[in-house]
Amino acid sequence: HKEPPPGAEAYIPQRYPDNRIVSSKYTFWNFIPKNLFEQFRRIANFYFLVIFLVQLIIDTPTSPVTSGLPLFFVITVTAIKQGYEDWLRHKADCSINECPVDVVQQGKVVRTQSHKLRVGDIVVVKEDETFPCDLILLSSSRPDGTCYVTTTSLDGESSHKTYYAIPDTMAFRTEQEVDSLHATIECEQPQPDLYKFVGRINIYKDKEEPVARPLGAENLLLRGATLKNTQHIYAVAVYTGMETKMALNYQSKSQKRSAVEKSMNAFLIVYLCILISKAVINTVLKYAWQWSPDRDEPWYNHRTEHERQRHVVIRAFTDFLAFMVLFNYIIPVSMYVTVEMQKFLGSYFISWDEEMFDEELGEGAQVNTSDLNEELGQVEYVFTDKTGTLTENNMEFIECCVDGNVYIPHAICNGQILSAASSIDMIDASPGGYRRDLFFRALCLCHTVQVKEEETVDGIKKGIHQGRPTSFYISSSPDEVALVEGMKRLGYTYLRLKDNYMEILNKDDEIERFELLHVLNFDSVRRRMSVIVKSSSGDYLLFCKGADSSIFPRVVSGKVEQVKARVEQNAVEGLRTLCVAYRRLSQSEYQEACHYLMEAKLALQDREQRLAQAYDIIERNFVLLGATAVEDRLQEKAADTIESLHKAGMKVWVLTGDKMETAAATCYASKLFRRTTQILELTKKRTEEQSLHDVLFELNRTVLRQLCDALEIFLEICRNCSAVLCCRMAPLQKAQIVKLIKASKEHPITLAIGDGANDVSMILEAHVGIGIMGKEGRQAARNSDYAIPKFKHLKKMLLVHGHYYYIRIAELVQYFFYKNVCFIFPQFLYQFFCGFSQQPLYDTAYLTLYNISFTSLPILLYSLVEQHVSMDTLKREPSLYRDIAKNSLLRWPVFLYWTCLGVFDAVVFFFGAYFLFDNTTFTSNGQMFGNWTFGTLIFTVLVFTVTLKLALDTHHWTWINHFVIWGSLLFYVIFSLLWGGIIWPFLNYQRMYYVFMQMLSSGPAWLSIILLITVSLLPDVIKKVLCRAMCPTATERAQSTRPCLTVEPSTIFMLSQSSSRMSF
Amino acid sequence: MMASSYSAKDEDGHITVSGPGGGTLRNKKPENTAFKQQRLPAWQPILTAGTVLPAFFIIGLIFIPIGIGLYVTSNNIKEFEIDYTGDDASSPCYNCAKNFSWNNTKSCTCTIPFQLDQPYESNVFMYYGLSNFYQNHRRYVKSRDDSQLNGNIDSLKKPSKECEPYASIDNKPIAPCGAIANSMFNDTLKLFYNDPNGTSVPIPLTSTGIAWWTDKHVKFRNPVGTNSNLTAVFQGTMKPVNWHRPVYELDTDPENNGFINEDFIVWMRTAALPTFRKLYRIIQKKNNMAPTLPRGNYTLVVDYNYPVRSFEGRKRMILSTISWMGGKNPFLGIAYITVGSVCFFLGVVLLVIHHKYGNRNNSANISN
Repeated sequence: HKEPPPGAEAYIPQRYPDNRIVSSKYTFWNFIPKNLFEQFRRIANFYFLVIFLVQLIIDTPTSPVTSGLPLFFVITVTAIKQGYEDWLRHKADCSINECPVDVVQQGKVVRTQSHKLRVGDIVVVKEDETFPCDLILLSSSRPDGTCYVTTTSLDGESSHKTYYAIPDTMAFRTEQEVDSLHATIECEQPQPDLYKFVGRINIYKDKEEPVARPLGAENLLLRGATLKNTQHIYAVAVYTGMETKMALNYQSKSQKRSAVEKSMNAFLIVYLCILISKAVINTVLKYAWQWSPDRDEPWYNHRTEHERQRHVVIRAFTDFLAFMVLFNYIIPVSMYVTVEMQKFLGSYFISWDEEMFDEELGEGAQVNTSDLNEELGQVEYVFTDKTGTLTENNMEFIECCVDGNVYIPHAICNGQILSAASSIDMIDASPGGYRRDLFFRALCLCHTVQVKEEETVDGIKKGIHQGRPTSFYISSSPDEVALVEGMKRLGYTYLRLKDNYMEILNKDDEIERFELLHVLNFDSVRRRMSVIVKSSSGDYLLFCKGADSSIFPRVVSGKVEQVKARVEQNAVEGLRTLCVAYRRLSQSEYQEACHYLMEAKLALQDREQRLAQAYDIIERNFVLLGATAVEDRLQEKAADTIESLHKAGMKVWVLTGDKMETAAATCYASKLFRRTTQILELTKKRTEEQSLHDVLFELNRTVLRQLCDALEIFLEICRNCSAVLCCRMAPLQKAQIVKLIKASKEHPITLAIGDGANDVSMILEAHVGIGIMGKEGRQAARNSDYAIPKFKHLKKMLLVHGHYYYIRIAELVQYFFYKNVCFIFPQFLYQFFCGFSQQPLYDTAYLTLYNISFTSLPILLYSLVEQHVSMDTLKREPSLYRDIAKNSLLRWPVFLYWTCLGVFDAVVFFFGAYFLFDNTTFTSNGQMFGNWTFGTLIFTVLVFTVTLKLALDTHHWTWINHFVIWGSLLFYVIFSLLWGGIIWPFLNYQRMYYVFMQMLSSGPAWLSIILLITVSLLPDVIKKVLCRAMCPTATERAQSTRPCLTVEPSTIFMLSQSSSRMSF
Repeated sequence: MMASSYSAKDEDGHITVSGPGGGTLRNKKPENTAFKQQRLPAWQPILTAGTVLPAFFIIGLIFIPIGIGLYVTSNNIKEFEIDYTGDDASSPCYNCAKNFSWNNTKSCTCTIPFQLDQPYESNVFMYYGLSNFYQNHRRYVKSRDDSQLNGNIDSLKKPSKECEPYASIDNKPIAPCGAIANSMFNDTLKLFYNDPNGTSVPIPLTSTGIAWWTDKHVKFRNPVGTNSNLTAVFQGTMKPVNWHRPVYELDTDPENNGFINEDFIVWMRTAALPTFRKLYRIIQKKNNMAPTLPRGNYTLVVDYNYPVRSFEGRKRMILSTISWMGGKNPFLGIAYITVGSVCFFLGVVLLVIHHKYGNRNNSANISN
């Protein structure tokens, strides 16, 4: 019943996908090639692959195993991780694709599997079931053809949304009736916007003209949403499988890279240059040294004929490659995998954090990207949204003002500061008035609130007890709920919407009924909403409520001045204000409005735009009724958090769509502004209510055209301000501000935090995007890099977690380069003593295992559990955050220090061993040691020094650190004993046989190992001690004063101590 | 990293896919364990002048005596070295060195007289030393076949290609193959004590116990054929090009012949640096009373077979006594004394700093 009638329109048959959801990346067959391909696209892996291939092709000093095994290890670890994740996805896909679905076929309900659904199938969905694909609602068990749906799993909004059936089909009750339907649906190509849908249904009845009906987002049931409070529905599938809106929303976002990663790559390039220059120097020296044939080929050491015949250029190139291979370990192969594991595992600490768990929401912090952990410690600018982020977004009706008279509900009349000029009236005492009653009715009618008469409703709970079953008001906008509830306290109770009639219980306990004709929905561009109702007396009334800026220009009469004064006063106090206006429509005006609306709603193209035009025509010539004020309380500890961020050296900018006065009041309340601070205002008073963003926006445009320096002046001013407030920002403008700061010449690290869909663009734009799991849905949280339940958690997130991650990863990166310099530089020096012949200093096993087992675990665990300062100190002293600002631990001087330290240590190792071996024996039986003992001695000193260096840097010795550090040293010793203790049958050389044990049997070897370790560690210890004594940083001071300070808040400290003891 | 983030996002998506299942993920309060809350009990040491000070003094106090001990021990070791390269016309070996030819079947002998000023009391170790000889050259180091040396019959018949170009002659395998074996040191050194009464007494040189025990008994093994006769076992192999005798004629003692000849094993352990010495012989102490080598005049008789002039090398003979710390090497002692004194000095400096800055810091903290 889906084919269009012949000759209707040019119809291109489309291939619809089946309803299979594929979120997995790999199949069983393509996993290995595809995964390998993806891994080798990364430069580091590719580099090691090239080295490996070079080793396979040419005769190189080290066997291919030395680079092949670590590479294999790295690739395998990553592949296992990705494979496991993909397997989980496969399992999830499978369970979804096979879940049962009821389909109407030939008038009967047939149960089938979800993935067998096709476009055009009619599906039966029962209560609490999830929609298997995107569906058009045909009919519902409810008589009015509506159904309720929650989209919690799609966008996190837990409120019930109403969807409407097509009027022509809503009467269908049985499968047979539904099956007899003959209709075609035209709709747009699938697109990811969850809230947009444009389509048309043509219903063919026998021998009649087809009836065309518009389809909008209110008819489209999205896959993933759940049916609520409706027994069952019939619906027809329109988008299936990967074309559903949910599936189209899978696309991952653009990559964000952290500053640490950038400096890591810069260091890598430096090391690559060092590597190449080392290889070049050695190649040149080799040929200079070999100039005399007796050196090149002394009688005892001839080349093979084959080698001799090679051209000298080829030989030189091969030598160059061989040196590259010999020194390639200076680029730490395992650094990438360690960093990756550190980030992946480390991010669990955020989601495990109990202090960031919110009992009310039942959720803790979420990590969506582990790539940016350390960026949390680098934030310089914080851009925050106001509503729902700084404030609770938990609205409370404060007052309303009708024609200059102020009304306050009973319940909250507890001594608020009101201006003496305005008359304060209780509702009972006030003189009656038509306008006043109209105002209250307007607020009772002009909304999209639903009434739930249930004991338990998830989502926003607003209980009203009336002696009848408890009922709740539910709406996607908390303001509306607050208003309707406020009205209830003022005597007008909105009861329900029944058969398109809205029922109001007025203060005389009479039920008034209004027929709801049209709802002109709220949108953020218009900033207002309207309803058209027909009163019982037959009048057509248009009620409109919206922001003052969008109402006042459309008002023709009413006491504008008084209301405006009140609105401004309320705004200064930080209240959210709305204006209410109405217009009486004549019959003809109503018909005209209907016509506009229908036309716009039926349009297939540009429907949004045409609707906006229609609204614009209808919503004018208002009579102003009054204004309301709703309070949005500050989130708990918001002020404390902002103060801490300030102390930590961050600049906090508030970007809000609110009015300037309201926003400024919030800023004062949250201590962002202080009474004493000077405030620079940049507003443009040409037209009313235009403020900051206009200026900014204009500047932006002029800059794009001609490089005007006004923008720079503006930026300069803003950068020197401690706090900046930008009002009246559209979502895109928020992102533009973030971009502006990001692009300024210091390239500061920005963080954006917000809770609503209007913050998403800013969250995506900033270096770090944090979403608050708020009341305005989950969109911000889903698009963010990290999601936290409350604004106050930002403090711990940045000051503690961010700080820790930063110092951990900084040490990780620097240490990795350091230990590889220590590792490879002796080998470089050795070339000067072995005729530049690329003779490796260490045995193959040592070369291979150094990075992947001897020295890998201590640094990984260090970078997971290190706490250089205790958590409480970090929280108490936010200024410590300044110590790590601007990537201070990864700046070039620090990097240079570590590299020099590495070179120094390497020189100590090499020449220490050199002088020990110098032309003498150091055994008590006179026997001599060979070159492998020489290498093993250096390697032993190396492993111990490098591990102990990390031990010296560890400030937080848990049992894990002890286990790993001493364990890996022990492992090295045991491995060496084992490796040298057996004639390994599968090896073609036994060079290490008993080398380690013979070395240990010599006293001077022990003494020199101890000496060399001491000497290598000495400079670092001295540097640390001197720096601490002469010019201690704030962090160092905090470390050493820890014992003194803990005395004062002893009770708290002891408490946390004892609790941790107990849990342990 | 890219991959990880990508998958992290996907995981997020996957939770959404599961729809109703996602609800069960909620209400999961993180466990309050010390590990998950990062509150594991920990020892938190800080390196301050105060804490490091004692360590520096202790290191100084331990290292200086050790250094002195080592230095004294090293100084007590007697060592005598004689260069017999013969590139100087006045040298007794000048002729041998000049007339050296690979084709000489008869070895050239030269005698070098020398004098020991002090008696050598305990066992004396006799070394030969080579300079400018790159035993650690890569091509050289790998030019051996350990499984052949371990007595593997297959490797004996078919040496590893690492031995090239010293693997075979005329398709006959070389045993032992490779450049190291081929260039084995083959000068013969003999010592004579010139008695004050004019007679020249040969000094007995022990040629066993100069190689590592494990090398001699485990790592190096003669191939075991059908019969125990070494000559028969090595049948079908060639001697290395530069050798005068095949490997099974290195010594008459069957326990020191073939691959387990100790001179050979010593040579096969490649030296770390281009100037090296290798243990050649041990002069055992005869009885408790007389010194092993009394002071007086000696003669070194050299069968000069080993050419070093072509690569400007030098050959030496060294006599040395040995202590528990090996041969004469003042380096370790001096290094210990230096490091110990430096630590001690730093300890003093730190003490001053600690007094000066430590007080200031404390007062600053109090004012805070």
